[in-house]
Amino acid sequence: MADTIRVTLKLYATLGKYLPAELRRSNEAVLEVPASAVLGDLIGQFSVPPPSCFLVLVNGVFLPPSQRATATFVDGDVVAIWPPVAGG
Amino acid sequence: MAWQRKILRVDLTAGTCTSEPLNMEWAKIYLGQRGLATKYFVEEVAPSVEPMSPANKLIFATGPLTGTMASTGGRYSVITKGPLTGAIACSNSGGYWGAELKMAGWDMVIFEGRAASPVYLHIENDTATLHDASALWGKTTWDVEPALRKIHQDSQLKISSIGRAGENGVLYAAVINDLHRAAGRSGVGAVMGSKNLKAIAVRGTKGVAGVKDPKAFMKATQAAKAVLAGNAVTGEGLPKFGTQVLMNVINEVGAMPTRNFRDVQFEGAKDISAEAMHAPRESDGKANLVTNQACFGCTIACGRISKLDQTHYTVVNKPEYWGASGGLEYEAAWALGSANGVNDLEALTYANFVCNEDGFDPISFGATVGAVMELYQMGVLTKEQLGIEAPFGSAKALTYFAECTAKGEGFGPEIGLGSKRLTAKYGHPDLSMTVKGQEFPAYDPRGIQGMGLAYATSNRGACHLRGYTVASEVLGIPIKTDPLETEGKAGLVKAFQDATAVFDSAGICVFTSFAWTLADVAPQLDAACEGDWSLDNLNMVGERIWNMERQFNNAAGFTAKDDNLPKRLLTEAAKTGPAKGLVAGLDKMLPEYYAERGWDTEGRPTAATVERLGL
Ligand code: SF4
Repeated sequence: MADTIRVTLKLYATLGKYLPAELRRSNEAVLEVPASAVLGDLIGQFSVPPPSCFLVLVNGVFLPPSQRATATFVDGDVVAIWPPVAGG
Repeated sequence: MAWQRKILRVDLTAGTCTSEPLNMEWAKIYLGQRGLATKYFVEEVAPSVEPMSPANKLIFATGPLTGTMASTGGRYSVITKGPLTGAIACSNSGGYWGAELKMAGWDMVIFEGRAASPVYLHIENDTATLHDASALWGKTTWDVEPALRKIHQDSQLKISSIGRAGENGVLYAAVINDLHRAAGRSGVGAVMGSKNLKAIAVRGTKGVAGVKDPKAFMKATQAAKAVLAGNAVTGEGLPKFGTQVLMNVINEVGAMPTRNFRDVQFEGAKDISAEAMHAPRESDGKANLVTNQACFGCTIACGRISKLDQTHYTVVNKPEYWGASGGLEYEAAWALGSANGVNDLEALTYANFVCNEDGFDPISFGATVGAVMELYQMGVLTKEQLGIEAPFGSAKALTYFAECTAKGEGFGPEIGLGSKRLTAKYGHPDLSMTVKGQEFPAYDPRGIQGMGLAYATSNRGACHLRGYTVASEVLGIPIKTDPLETEGKAGLVKAFQDATAVFDSAGICVFTSFAWTLADVAPQLDAACEGDWSLDNLNMVGERIWNMERQFNNAAGFTAKDDNLPKRLLTEAAKTGPAKGLVAGLDKMLPEYYAERGWDTEGRPTAATVERLGL
């Protein structure tokens, strides 16, 4: 269907637990969603609570919180999400 | 006071231990640990000193909060002139040793001279004595710790020691305490070895009394602990996943230096990440990670404790490696893994164990192996020279090199020179990914531009712990900035550098800064010890320390030319990821940084800056 796109959703750290067991090792799922889908639609598929999505990268680029309710995706996008994390 | 007001001076040449009062005036100006010990160092040691000579000194220093009830208050630093860089070296470690030294009644130990034969220092509260260490020479840190406990019939002895790497002059040898905590960088362990000093064994039962205002201190430390507990990073992220959670983050943002910085993303990152450490292994169904662990007084507990797969090729028939020990932190996983294109988690864990066991820095070691592998791929180094085929991605070569470097065998002594000297020797100095002779850590400055400036200007050579702008550029702490942008980074780097100098001088762990600002540190210091620890003054203290280190380096011969990055990062653009097409924009940031710092165009603090900071 022309109006659906494939987006790879990666859920890391404590968010990995929201993925079905068979996807947890890779931490990722390939989703087919309407072209109008926003972040909430992607994480909604696995019941990830929106407040726990702290760091959101689309193809490695930070998606600011102000754009998360409205930004849409294109076919082939990779969306990676973490709760608050840090290291050094 | 939170100070014992006492330092121990050990003249290794004469074999004497003497007590002297801590300079409390300096403690009010340079705070403690990194700042205060550096002040002692620059006052007592000529910048031109040869690092491995008896004229160099080696200082083990605590901060005012070390040994107190402040969270993470267990830190100490080792200060000297580093043999890898020729610059000021200051390596910080956690574990329990620093607090034990303080509780024995000492704020600092200064070693000078060189012992005629191997010795170790035993401290039991006020009594400090040097002992013959001939029987310990040639032993690993894992052997030394139980041996000293047995000799002194004291199971509670806390020990800092060097392994064979420090004895053999590996230029990035570390000082190891509590089996797997390390004052890891810049070769402080090599200086210890050059002094024939094998270990410092400490037992302290005096506690840390004399906090200036105990009631206020209790209140301030409790409030600060609540901040750590309530913060999602320090309260949940670091304890559960450790620093290794960054493996997938940094790979996604395209700043994962891979195969000696040829690439900025590693296809094997997911196999060596925090998530992989949690996953059951296919071989035995157990996870690599066993548990997390805390240093003295730490309420974060980011440390990793791992167990190897007993059937892995590295440890078959080697039960001494089957127990739980210090697992991979992000920097080690990167340097041993991505930097060499190796994605075998067990091999990296084993190499990390060997680095702890024989005391050498996994960052400089792993990054040097990356250069060796590139030289092998180019045909400059051969299997005959190396003793093994060493293409990128070879776990077997990595673990073989770790063993050779630990024991000083085969090609190990060459790897022990670090990549700058090694690549120059084989005619390809441009392949050394170093600043001031020290190997880069795990962030590619093409993908995180601020880190390029932080590396180039770090006083101890390339380092992430001198100004961790990754926090802002990638993680959004305290505010999110664009990692691909150079504008505004000069001020950001300076702010991080100065604040970090305060954390490193206070006796606490810099990881608290993911939740704390200096405003959380100030009341703890204020209640603990005399001095003006207002926010403004703390910022000034950090800046003063930074400039003091810089002045030492300038006097040691470093100039603006040394505030540079390897050619590869300035001319070869990132091939993939968000930074695709970008090189490190150092030239856009450096002049502004000098101006922000109050330095002239040669990178020297101006007279006005020196005066303003009271240097
Ligand atoms: S945060 Fe980690 S490194 Fe720092 S003191 Fe705590 S356990 Fe040690």
